[in-house]
Amino acid sequence: MNIQLLHQLQSYLWTLPRASGEKRAEVLLYGSRPLLESMDDKVLQQIANVAALPGLAGAAMTMPDAHWGYGFPIGGVAAFDAEQGGVISAGGVGFDISCGIRCLRSNLNLHDVAPFLSQLADRLFATIPAGVGEEGNLKLNPQQLDQVLQGGAQWAVQQGYGNTADLEYVEENGRATGAVPENVSELAKKRQRGEMGTLGSGNHYLEVQVVERIYDNAAAQVFGLHEGQLIVSIHCGSRGLGHQIGTDYLVMLAKAANRLGLQLPDRELACAPIKSPEGQQYIGAMNAAINCALANRQILTHLTRTTFAEVYPHAVLETLFDVSHNTCKEETHEVNGKPRLLHVHRKGATRAFAQGDDRLPRSYRAVGQPVIIGGSMGTGSYILAGTKGNPAFASSSHGAGRAMSRHQALKCWHGRTLINDLLQQGILIRTRSMRGAAEEAPGAYKDVDQVAEVTEQAGLARRVAFLRPKVCIKG
Amino acid sequence: MSSSYFEHDADMGIIGRGMTVEQSFEAAAQAVFAIITNLEAVQPVIAVAIEFEETDLELALVIWLNLILGKSRELGMVFSRFHIQHQGNQWHGKALGEKWRDGLERGVEVKGATLTMLSVKQIGSVWEARCVVDV
Repeated sequence: MNIQLLHQLQSYLWTLPRASGEKRAEVLLYGSRPLLESMDDKVLQQIANVAALPGLAGAAMTMPDAHWGYGFPIGGVAAFDAEQGGVISAGGVGFDISCGIRCLRSNLNLHDVAPFLSQLADRLFATIPAGVGEEGNLKLNPQQLDQVLQGGAQWAVQQGYGNTADLEYVEENGRATGAVPENVSELAKKRQRGEMGTLGSGNHYLEVQVVERIYDNAAAQVFGLHEGQLIVSIHCGSRGLGHQIGTDYLVMLAKAANRLGLQLPDRELACAPIKSPEGQQYIGAMNAAINCALANRQILTHLTRTTFAEVYPHAVLETLFDVSHNTCKEETHEVNGKPRLLHVHRKGATRAFAQGDDRLPRSYRAVGQPVIIGGSMGTGSYILAGTKGNPAFASSSHGAGRAMSRHQALKCWHGRTLINDLLQQGILIRTRSMRGAAEEAPGAYKDVDQVAEVTEQAGLARRVAFLRPKVCIKG
Repeated sequence: MSSSYFEHDADMGIIGRGMTVEQSFEAAAQAVFAIITNLEAVQPVIAVAIEFEETDLELALVIWLNLILGKSRELGMVFSRFHIQHQGNQWHGKALGEKWRDGLERGVEVKGATLTMLSVKQIGSVWEARCVVDV
């Protein structure tokens, strides 16, 4: 990104000055100079386009891990006010609706279980359906799928996948309200019937990690974390159903733009006024996809537990938190000192409620919401905590963010060589796709340490723990 | 008819070229499925019909690619050959391939075609269809 175009407001906050006559709201970019310089110029173009959409409250923002996305930048945050003509944007939610991370804490320490990690990796790889062409064992009929779309993780628990204690630590207690399965196309539903309980491909993963460093002892204690402890992180979303919904509505809304009186600088920004029939229809479908993703991660949690129990019979895996990073949620935030009910789009951004927020599980209210920044399979991930004074509608970074395209990565790495190199570092990779492994090479991602540090310095969230990968199941 | 790729930060840009708009769509579909597997190993033994209506050429490309990807997931298949014709807003196509089996290379799942960097245009005598696909 050409940083000369920006004006620095604070150490980790920048703005894009408006050109003469340019009609758009403010753009704010959170990040350090090196992180911003590493971003594609299209990030700037995309967030400026978002700032021109009607009914935006405050500024359109990017997080420190932002990169070029579809319409919205990945790492983009924008809140819209329905009462002021605000819009809901399918591109602002993303295709993999409610993609997110389920984090499980275990009662196992690495030094106790290390000799069996290879066995665990093999068992997880055999149990967790991952990668292109893989289906789950669960096949749903149309009525059952509609129940998933209404019930989310609560439905999965009712079917015996996991337990009710999990639900307290899943956003919205595992079920988004306002889901309308009738607003989801038949093709989207057909795509999903064999895909419940599957991980997917691309940047999705199931990782067994070790807590390598604690930054905030008080918060770590509340989250039940200590050094040497094994953690499991499951990164996936609403699978084929979510993507088909995204596709269906993008095309529908792009065609409707003129009729809805919207001038779109980019077709991918296709959106509709929140109060319009089209907007309400998308919101109903999006909430159904959120429930699909929550159910999917709940089923994968159950499969992970049963696999751990085979290798470590005394293992206990409790849900630490489940947070989505491709969503639009209705939330109340203060804007210019006044509370407003807003539709907060987080495209590749994590909700980060601060201490004292009554939407958090009671046991976490003293320290804030767990925020998970997923890194690459060779570097690590962070658990952070939401912090008071977050200036970005309680939003934070969600990952390392790509530094290099998949196409470039394929030219730089070979899957098998990469997997062997990681094995030398004590990281066991299990995948059916050598191409996928090469595309996901750690060197293709930004420095996750820098992203987490800058996230903290920008006041978005504070670091609690660093997790080092030990086993990674990739699609 | 040829396929190629262009850069995108998180995903991949696909390009299909041909002497007709239909050929560019077929080549674009090949570019998509070459991300998923090695096309040469896929036997085109099952044909699946793809039918839709669309007047906008660019949106037609996205719909074409997403219908094929949807059918692929719905039927547990992978495709290697594609044919499409259109008259006005009526598009009639088919994708040929087989069910996933051991021995087929597992590449990367393509979740769908997007409207990003979407264009369908004639450059000289060649039609070019391109967009970013989400992987």
